[in-house]
Amino acid sequence: MRIGLIGQPNCGKSTLFNQVAGYKAETGNFVGTTVTYTESKVRLLGDVVDVVDLPGTYTLAGSNPAEKEVIKYLTSKDVDVVVNVLDASHLTHGLSLTIELLELEVPLVIALNMMDEADRLGIRIDVNQLEEILGAPVIPMIASKGRGIQPLFVKAYQIGQSNRIPEQPQYSEAIEGILTVLTPKLENIQSHLRGRALAIKLLEGDKDIVDDVVAQAPEIESDLKSLQKVSKHQSGRSAEWVIDEERSNKAHSIVNRVLQQGKRRISLRDRLDDILLHPFWGYVLLIAILYLFFQLVYSLGGLIEAPLMDLFNSFEAWITGIFGGSQSLLVQVFIGLIQGISGGIAIVLPYLAPFLIGLGVLEDVGYLPRVAFLMDSLMHKLGLHGKSIVPFILGFGCNVPAIMATRILEDKRERYISAALSTMVPCAARLAVVFGLVAYYLGPVVALGIYLFNLFVIALTAMLLSKLVPETSPGLILEMPVYRIPTLRTVSNKAWWRIREFVVEAWPLLIVGSIVLAIFNYLNIAIYLNGLVRPLSWALGLPNEVGVPLIFGVLRKELSLVMLGQALGSMEFSQVLSPIQMITYSVFVVFYMPCMATMVVIRKELGRRAMWHIAGLTTLIATLAALFTRGIAELIF
Amino acid sequence: MRLLETPIGKTVRIVEYKGGKGVGHKLRQLGLTPGKEVSVLRQAPMGGPMMIDIEGRSIALGRGIAARVQVEIDY
Repeated sequence: MRIGLIGQPNCGKSTLFNQVAGYKAETGNFVGTTVTYTESKVRLLGDVVDVVDLPGTYTLAGSNPAEKEVIKYLTSKDVDVVVNVLDASHLTHGLSLTIELLELEVPLVIALNMMDEADRLGIRIDVNQLEEILGAPVIPMIASKGRGIQPLFVKAYQIGQSNRIPEQPQYSEAIEGILTVLTPKLENIQSHLRGRALAIKLLEGDKDIVDDVVAQAPEIESDLKSLQKVSKHQSGRSAEWVIDEERSNKAHSIVNRVLQQGKRRISLRDRLDDILLHPFWGYVLLIAILYLFFQLVYSLGGLIEAPLMDLFNSFEAWITGIFGGSQSLLVQVFIGLIQGISGGIAIVLPYLAPFLIGLGVLEDVGYLPRVAFLMDSLMHKLGLHGKSIVPFILGFGCNVPAIMATRILEDKRERYISAALSTMVPCAARLAVVFGLVAYYLGPVVALGIYLFNLFVIALTAMLLSKLVPETSPGLILEMPVYRIPTLRTVSNKAWWRIREFVVEAWPLLIVGSIVLAIFNYLNIAIYLNGLVRPLSWALGLPNEVGVPLIFGVLRKELSLVMLGQALGSMEFSQVLSPIQMITYSVFVVFYMPCMATMVVIRKELGRRAMWHIAGLTTLIATLAALFTRGIAELIF
Repeated sequence: MRLLETPIGKTVRIVEYKGGKGVGHKLRQLGLTPGKEVSVLRQAPMGGPMMIDIEGRSIALGRGIAARVQVEIDY
């Protein structure tokens, strides 16, 4: 049996899912789309059932890819029972989705979630009466505290087995009149929707569904047009708005019957936005919170990274020792393998894991949408929206979670631009290069200068890109969820699934790349590699030998510093590089081509083309920025 | 009057939305439909978005969108 969870964003659906899901839960995509769902096997009454967490949708109007897929999935044979999660503290809006679900004629159970929150707001709901009106079982629960979950799933199991379908909602005479004419005409149509539900969607003018039906029965097109005209004539508005209003009115009348509003308790949470979104203090706190976030992640990451790196380095030395310093292909490949493995374990994971946990906390508390609210006006000046700031900020730690975080942006254009820009944000590894080279030899002020220059270039690129790729969405429309204390389970599950994605998909490629570079090394083609990069190193006034560290730097950004020492034959950089060369090299390293792990994630999230675009674009920007820097540096030094 | 000009703390009723279908859909999804009452909670500085309350939920709206929502003062 399969149970589908559906609900509006912020209704606590994912919290509910995480309460029952095991660590083996799988995230998947609907065929041919980027719409994701998560599925887990759950033991229930001696049976094993599949529970599917569908993307949160406000309606089933099919106005975005998620809604289209959800409605197809819900009405397919794959789902035996639908669990509709409702936020009891915001019942009216939630019920409009429930009414749409009732139209679909699927076995339905209502999970009335966040009863504690409703209670705090002084809301009393007559559950029995709600159940009676909807014709589907209603189970009150508090997902975050694990209350009511067992009864909910037991009920869902029973309803799924008995295949009990609630009655369809009835609308005004005008709409019903039209539906009675339209529905019989659809008898022979093959669709995932049944007669009446199909008629409603047609009347609403859902483009995909209309096209599908007209392809099967062309005569319906003119019937439909005249019926839509009838509706427009009767009410003065198009049918989709009329139906929407009817659903909304129905939701209102249900709420009026089952809900009693008592006295609400004002708590700190209601005042929190006054502080966190304050025109002045809001920004001060934003900086403080992000600083704290970075400090925590960075120090935790460093704490784990250092001993792990030591371990791998001594292991590598030990292996080399065993083979008596032999430079045979086998040894080289083996060392490449170890470096690939250590690159994942010791460099990416120590930062990725605390980052994803931290991100999960910020997400579940409800702070991220507030960041978008605060930063929207600044981001607008760059041609972007407030939400794009999130991947940006994350990029300072590691670009991999930054690319993953672009998922919160719905618009493809925004995702692409944000991904491109966040790869230009100097991650912790590139920080090491800037610090090791510039701050160490030329002083922290110059390093700070490089950082400011970086921000300037990113802003410039943002403006250029947003001009080149035309704007599609006109502005921010974003619900601010109520602040909540995140549950350990939700946060850790989410972090774990994202880490597993990296381990399964990006890491193997990192290892392969590492081995390929080891073979290059064995074949001693350093001289050719340097030759390949020579036009660039010449233009930037850098020594010939920087070719190899730059190419290997794509594998892991810190290699562009470590291997620079090897290539130049001295770790005392002030003796082999001039200050101008150090600055130019650092600027180039900060901007050029994202590291392999990042590229793999870009390919997965945005496709192969986007990956090559971004690689090319950043290399171009790096060259221009480094040339500019060289010019300026020559004037100063 | 436009929603954009509604002073903070004032409650108004949505009359209509003038603009593209895509945004119209999005507003409808969030329950911002004609006839609904909304109140303005706060305004981000420097031309930032405004935050409104509808049925106890808080929603951030960019100024470009708020400029296209026609409202009337509720008596």
